[in-house]
Amino acid sequence: MSTTNNGALSVHLRVWRQDGPGDAGRFETYDVGDISSDASFLEMLDVLNERLTLEGREPITFESDCREGICGTCGLMINGRAHGPQKGTATCQLHMREFSDGDVITVEPWRAGSFEVIRDLAVDRTDLDRIIAAGGYISVNTGAAPDANLVPVPKEASESAFDAAACIGCGACVAACPNSAAQLFTAAKVQHLNLLPQGQPERWARTEAMVETMEQFFGSCTNHGECEEACPKEISIDFIAWTNRDYVRAKLKNRKLAGQV
Amino acid sequence: MIGSLDARLPDGPIENAWTDHKFDLRLVNPNNKRRFTVIVVGTGLAGASAAASLGELGYRVKAFTYHDSPRRAHSIAAQGGINAAKNYKNDGDSVYRLFYDTIKGGDYRSREANVYRLAETSLAIIDQCVAAGVPFAREYGGLLDNRSFGGAQVSRTFYARGQTGQQLLLGAYSALMRQVAAGTVALHTRAEMLDLVVAEDRAVGIATRDLLTGEISAHAGDAVILATGGYSNVYYLSTNAMMCNVTAAWRAHRRGALFANPCYTQIHPTCIPAGDDFQSKLTLMSESLRNDGRIWVPRALDDTRAPADIPEAARDYYLEERYAAFGNLVPRDVASRNAKTVVDAGRGVGPLRNGVYLDFSGVLERDGAEVVRAKYGNLFDMYQRITGEDPYRVPMRIYPAVHYTMGGLWVDYNLMSNVPGLFVAGEANFSDHGANRLGASALMQGLADGYFIVPYTVGDYLAGRLGKEGPGTDHPAFADTVSDVNERTARWPAARGSRTVDWFHRELGQIVWDHCGMSRNAAGLQKALSEIPALRQEFHADVCVPGSAATLNQSLEKAGRVDDFFELAELLARDALEREESCGGHFREEHQDAEGEARRDDERFTHVAAWEWAGPGAEPIRHREELTFSAVTPTTRSYK
Repeated sequence: MSTTNNGALSVHLRVWRQDGPGDAGRFETYDVGDISSDASFLEMLDVLNERLTLEGREPITFESDCREGICGTCGLMINGRAHGPQKGTATCQLHMREFSDGDVITVEPWRAGSFEVIRDLAVDRTDLDRIIAAGGYISVNTGAAPDANLVPVPKEASESAFDAAACIGCGACVAACPNSAAQLFTAAKVQHLNLLPQGQPERWARTEAMVETMEQFFGSCTNHGECEEACPKEISIDFIAWTNRDYVRAKLKNRKLAGQV
Repeated sequence: MIGSLDARLPDGPIENAWTDHKFDLRLVNPNNKRRFTVIVVGTGLAGASAAASLGELGYRVKAFTYHDSPRRAHSIAAQGGINAAKNYKNDGDSVYRLFYDTIKGGDYRSREANVYRLAETSLAIIDQCVAAGVPFAREYGGLLDNRSFGGAQVSRTFYARGQTGQQLLLGAYSALMRQVAAGTVALHTRAEMLDLVVAEDRAVGIATRDLLTGEISAHAGDAVILATGGYSNVYYLSTNAMMCNVTAAWRAHRRGALFANPCYTQIHPTCIPAGDDFQSKLTLMSESLRNDGRIWVPRALDDTRAPADIPEAARDYYLEERYAAFGNLVPRDVASRNAKTVVDAGRGVGPLRNGVYLDFSGVLERDGAEVVRAKYGNLFDMYQRITGEDPYRVPMRIYPAVHYTMGGLWVDYNLMSNVPGLFVAGEANFSDHGANRLGASALMQGLADGYFIVPYTVGDYLAGRLGKEGPGTDHPAFADTVSDVNERTARWPAARGSRTVDWFHRELGQIVWDHCGMSRNAAGLQKALSEIPALRQEFHADVCVPGSAATLNQSLEKAGRVDDFFELAELLARDALEREESCGGHFREEHQDAEGEARRDDERFTHVAAWEWAGPGAEPIRHREELTFSAVTPTTRSYK
């Protein structure tokens, strides 16, 4: 529940610290006081890090960049929820007014087999890029494009494609999934292109390649739906259903012919 | 020493200049392309599109990003849109009009030929992006929609909701990943360029630090393209992402590349003011809000009443009063300076008295909340998420923030710096926006450079290198550069002073903001020029950088970047001091008319200032590139 209270809070943090991929890791506790409720969650961690630095201790490693909820660099498990308690909000857009004075807050990295912990709260999400490299594109070389208005795109198709394309690639869907599947990420990327006329020639090959690359590096989807709940862009699991449909069709069709129908 | 600056501008009428020039550029035949390695640093719009396009052509490309994925560069945060002179709206737009608007918007401090080429290229950019699957806004008939943006009189802006930058970057990133899969591009993530390698008076490679292991390594290339963005974070608080920095460009500058017009910085008027002392960055809100919001502050000093309790007569709608014709829609620099004037006078609003109201009560009453929600719902939600205040009930508070830097490494018409083989694309170069950038033009320039200019001009340079294999990493220049970088990096873990890197960055930012911000004067700039080196000295003596250089160490990364910001800040102040005129984003208080409007000095300053590094502590050397105007006649901008 949002309030407009500008008062200061004190919180007790339990933060996952891990020196490197091979380290067992442990929770450390920190008290952080006198934080404005208008500060963002990451600014609260910035304040703590400055204090740790001056105390001669190593600051907590966590990743963020744009701090506008669009680049997908940030991502913390906060009290067991990917990106924390506020729905549809990336970690960097979470503010301290969502917490109460005296709260105990547990902060962990994304937990998923395919996301190796690099250090403290930073994880390796490179496998998401592998899914894109497998087919998350339209094969059009620079200079080969026809006039932009040559192919009309029905507004509904364009809007749906956009709903999928809004994915910021943060990996919250993987972290929230009991199977560590990247199905929502993959489905969003597949459907962004499959829904557009420009994406039709490679539709079946793309779907097959991306889904199978996902299966190779991540767990399998069993329709828990946790991903949709955790997604900071509130991307719908309908895209997963559509991708499953496309995947079955891709498997059944003779793809050499499919490009022509 | 550098002789006269030759921009290698094409002759003849600008309408045919680029076409003719492309014909004159030498080609590399397909079999020879694979013999050349091109290094691309940065994977934002300019870098990703350049790397993908060069890979498609058959060059061996090495792409570097300090992010974990090439999809995260700050191009992704651009909201508004991308301009193109398609004239789909039949409202009188043309390549010439986009050219004219851009050169005028830049306050006649950019090159005609470059700007014309940019306008011309805008057409192909939209085609390319649509073909790649960018979901631009569409009309019910399925064709592309356009809107008017940033005060333009024609609707030429293509947009994808409020996330145009994200969608364009995802398009360029997908083209890049396609080439990674095809094996033409080798992608190096979490690798930060910390130096340029120069040998035989040419750029021959780069030195990078692996951000996970700390290892410094050398990479050789036949050409190097920097697409490493702008330097707004020299102000500490800006709308740039946390990691944006000037290091790659600055290190190239120290290796001989000229740095042009560093004082041309852009302040965006509609950002959310800082909420507290620990504010880490500022968030921009689309300036489309000024279409319906009315900007005001209380007339009286220390009027702390709630905005709703302040009667009309006690409100100062200062833009509407002063600029009858344009009112709240005056250009970015004018709106920003006027906000500063009222806040400096002590009439700012909000808990820190650091904002002005942007009030929607009029349009809410007139059209109702639903109409406003349909237009601005996303922006209102974003504002509420950040401030905790409901803009449907209380006026927004806004204040200007640094947003974009027009200055950058000097390049010729081929986007090559004065160091042969070193190309600079996107915001990192200085080339197209003059003293002020128009809205929706940054995305256009990044993609023009990357998709459609650099792939041709790099080929021309490489054609001249055929049969002359460049030095490999066994050349002593590589070992020397790596050892320089190792030495620089090793100093930080030894630093056990009493202040954090962020503390120094904030202090530096405050100096630059106070004296080289929205308005500048000689006394302030001189003060900055004495304060910056003093603070830098303190930084070296008293900074504390915990941890080791052999692991992921974010404090160490920041220390190197802030160190380079110190030197850039000094150059920025020096450039601002030397440019004794007001133009675009550079406003010198000594150069204004009786009504406080900017006064250009075309006689003395119709030129680019390109600075040469002269060594640590030495005065840099100011070179000039004269600007000539044959297609347009410089006029005074007036918005009254």
